[in-house]
Amino acid sequence: MITITLHKVVGDFAENKDVARDIREKEILPALEKGDEVVVDFEGITGATQSFVHALISEAIRRYGGDALDRISFKNCNETVQKIITIVTEYMQESG
Amino acid sequence: MSDTNTLQISANKKWISVHPLVLAMVAALGQTVRPENIACEVFEAKSKHYFERMGLFRFLGVRSGIDVVEHESAGRFVPLTQIQSQEALSKFVTDMIPLLHLSPAHAEPIRYIVTELVRNVIEHAESPHGAFVAAQYYEKSNSIRIGIADVGVGIKKTIGRSHRVSGDLSAIGLALTPGITGTTAREGGTEQNAGAGLFFIKSIASINGDFFAIYSGSALYKLLRQHATKRHILHADPFRDRHSARENLPQWTGTAVGIDMMLDETEKFSALLEHIRGTYARAVRERRKERYKKPRFV
Repeated sequence: MITITLHKVVGDFAENKDVARDIREKEILPALEKGDEVVVDFEGITGATQSFVHALISEAIRRYGGDALDRISFKNCNETVQKIITIVTEYMQESG
Repeated sequence: MSDTNTLQISANKKWISVHPLVLAMVAALGQTVRPENIACEVFEAKSKHYFERMGLFRFLGVRSGIDVVEHESAGRFVPLTQIQSQEALSKFVTDMIPLLHLSPAHAEPIRYIVTELVRNVIEHAESPHGAFVAAQYYEKSNSIRIGIADVGVGIKKTIGRSHRVSGDLSAIGLALTPGITGTTAREGGTEQNAGAGLFFIKSIASINGDFFAIYSGSALYKLLRQHATKRHILHADPFRDRHSARENLPQWTGTAVGIDMMLDETEKFSALLEHIRGTYARAVRERRKERYKKPRFV
């Protein structure tokens, strides 16, 4: 299992899609490819944009469908961040 | 613009009241004209200091002849800022909120909206000048007015790469529709773009009863304020929202967006996202259904 601590790289507002892409390409997708589980830790993050969350996890859901959500978990999310993640996971599954 | 090479700026002699969107548009337009070809008349209205303080002349490269005394009350505003990179955007968003003296509840939707709009410019507008942003707090209406403008390729060109568009207004309509992005025709977007940003912003404005306008090419779409009892009804199709639309306006090469956030009426951000969630998922589901093959009854 790998844990990705976002605050170190994005600060308290997760909006930088370039950083999201790097995490997706270098950490999340390789981990899922190997069969690992991923924990994305939002501790210290007060908000996130839909664009950031989409860039972070949409490709994993496209590749693995709903199974991606059995292997990725989201830790320490406030209410707003939880809502954004829920929106992205729902529309990606609807799009599948 | 009297022609494509000359920019002439004039104002009413007695009063000047300018939305930050107009400032952002003039500053952006100024980048396409040589400073020596910008003719700015000497302003006489009492409120002329506003332009100096907001930094308009600095971006136009012209001298205003207006002195701003440093100890004058500056109010709550974000001066014109040019943003050309993601790094500059991240810094701007961090610095912007303290300038407006906002509570966390009000700061949340504003930083969200500004970030998404400026990121759109950086990613899609193809403008060497990036985005111009300005914001101002208005005490009388307890509102924040925000303007963001670029002189890039405009929405018709970016959306038209993946979707059929009949004109600027149709392109704006598609850009405001959830799940439609210029980067792909595929449902769900690409790994980097969902086509959700403008729909979110329009929805935030709709639920909060805010003013929202988007101008690109020769078309302008304005979301009109909804009665409080109807604000929670979100539409995936922006033309079903209470709106006005105009075509055949003077050509704006790029995109300009204005928002007035009414701070007395702002709904809790997480509750607002819940409304967006329902509409978004339904829109994607319905669009998928439209693509289902129909049975052939022979």
